[in-house]
Amino acid sequence: MSDPTTQAGTPAPRSGDDKPRPGMSERSIGVLGDRKKARLDELARASAADRGGVSLVRDAARRLRRNPVAIIGAAIVGLFVLVAIFAPLIAPHDPVQRFDELTKNLTVDTIPGASGEFPLGSDPLGRDFLSRMIYGARQTLFVGVLATLIGLALGVLIGAIAGAFGGWVDVVLMRLTDVMLALPSLLLAITLVAMASRSSQWTVIFAVAIVSVPIFARLLRGSMLAQRESDHVLAARALGVKERNIVLRHMLPNSLTAVIVQATLTFAVAILDAAALSFLGLGDPDINRAEWGLMLGVDGQRYFEVRPELAYYPALAIIVVALGFTLLGEAMREAIDPKNRR
Amino acid sequence: MLRVIVRRLLQLVVTLIALSALIFIWLRNLPGGPVEALLGERATPERRALLTKALGYDQPILVQYGKFMQRVVTGDFGNSIRTGDPVTEVISRAFPATIELALAAMIIAVGLGVPLGYLAARWRGRSLDNLTIAGTLLGISIPIFFLGYLLKDVFTQNIHWFPPSGRLTTGLDNTNVTGFFVLDGLLTREFDASADALWHLILPAITLATIPLAVIVRITRASVLDVLNEDYVRTAEAKGLRHRTIRGRHILRNALLPVVTTIGLQTGALLSGAVLTEKVYNWGGIGTLITDSISGGRDYPVLQAIILLAALVFVVVNLLVDLSYAFIDPRVRVR
Repeated sequence: MSDPTTQAGTPAPRSGDDKPRPGMSERSIGVLGDRKKARLDELARASAADRGGVSLVRDAARRLRRNPVAIIGAAIVGLFVLVAIFAPLIAPHDPVQRFDELTKNLTVDTIPGASGEFPLGSDPLGRDFLSRMIYGARQTLFVGVLATLIGLALGVLIGAIAGAFGGWVDVVLMRLTDVMLALPSLLLAITLVAMASRSSQWTVIFAVAIVSVPIFARLLRGSMLAQRESDHVLAARALGVKERNIVLRHMLPNSLTAVIVQATLTFAVAILDAAALSFLGLGDPDINRAEWGLMLGVDGQRYFEVRPELAYYPALAIIVVALGFTLLGEAMREAIDPKNRR
Repeated sequence: MLRVIVRRLLQLVVTLIALSALIFIWLRNLPGGPVEALLGERATPERRALLTKALGYDQPILVQYGKFMQRVVTGDFGNSIRTGDPVTEVISRAFPATIELALAAMIIAVGLGVPLGYLAARWRGRSLDNLTIAGTLLGISIPIFFLGYLLKDVFTQNIHWFPPSGRLTTGLDNTNVTGFFVLDGLLTREFDASADALWHLILPAITLATIPLAVIVRITRASVLDVLNEDYVRTAEAKGLRHRTIRGRHILRNALLPVVTTIGLQTGALLSGAVLTEKVYNWGGIGTLITDSISGGRDYPVLQAIILLAALVFVVVNLLVDLSYAFIDPRVRVR
């Protein structure tokens, strides 16, 4: 579990043979400046660095399969996705239906617990809690994936433009990301949600997405810049390939690895941030929506004294899923790190 | 050195101006603005127009921004829409509470994180290492407001070790000097107030420390592992230096640079976490102010100032961190 801040993955100098040389990295303590940026740039360079011989992706995939951490992470993520897809088949009840046998026992300070037909008992509105938990996987996946994808798309767009054009375009765009990075992420998300006239599921998704944009942008730009001078781009340029095609066919595809890894890690952050927004009362106001962050942040908080299970189960689900994505993401990062190539 | 500081400060000013312009324009162009917040949705158009004019929101946005900046440079951020108090006063009242909480959290995170990370690296692959790694992964995956409720439930409801919320037991009077309650008690020799404030501080500080602690442990561990493989460590061992000397002078000192960087970067996480932690423990700092400024109508002047302040704190802390390198590591030449 090496961390990129401690070692700069400086591209191995190319010698006669085209084989990358592992372990050619050196520590980067001499460089001052905004360390957050430097760290992202280093990461980008590390993943964009040496390639040649075996495909980096195939090589990384091979290493991933041997890493137990990656397998645990992938198993959690896989299970989560399966539950999300097959929620209607697994869930015993309709997640929004209010059951008379549950509502009749609801009072201000009692919420029915487990009973035969309802293994996890009731939620504060007399709905089957287990079914809501199962459907929650679906909504949580939806929020997380969409937030990550929007952040990824915007970040890649900004990063690719900056990396492809360079010059003043690069300077302006990177200054913009610096400004965004200078704000605490949750504070930025809060501000964004606060800007909407009324919150909805989309304001939450959008706010959480925007927070990750500068990270993706910086990462991609770093990789693109490293690509500019690489042999295959120089070769393409020498062959007279159009600049647009060089960017789209050569630089961009080869720069995406680091970004994809980051997306895996971002997913975990996205669902945690969405939960935090719900907790602050800035979440999705739809009472029918079963999303773990919402269940934990609203009902879990409000009824913590009455029935703490309403907080425990969604919290546990969020922790496990966030853990799964983090494990997978870190294993992927380790796998693509040129330092670990054998 | 001086030139670097001046250049970085200039950069800081540029960043803040850009940020202020962005925030200003965003906040002004939103539906559900302060006028609606003050008058309610069913106010007559006339009253609405009157208030819009009174608050100056009818003028062109550039003029509004110009006026805003003019006042900002003189330290005037306007008045809170919610309470009518000057924004600077509202913020300076809440600021020490958050700083006290954040500092306490950072002390816990660094004080516990660096030794833990170091020990984990030294005994790599052993049970302490595995346990530490598992702990850090859990730490970054747990929603911290949930952890806050959990700690609160266990330590204030089940076993009454700590007070559940607030900064001071009600009824206990303390003299306000700096706004840092623990320090105030010491300064005025009201030691009971100081102890009471510390008592209130512990749970929130632990809650807020979780994420920085996890991150610092991991960075320290990774960094120490890197240094362990360096040639100069092998050389030092070959020279037959005492292990304690090697550990202190060669390993730890070199490994700490990335850790110091991380501490700077965690300022942002602390501010984010403070919003959540303060709500759980009813702390009454900047975090509470943010939540109140949003839920009780959109209090733009306050929000605006807080965002600028947060960015300022973050950038300044990281500037200080960068400058501190030169002292920690003479090899680093400030550019």
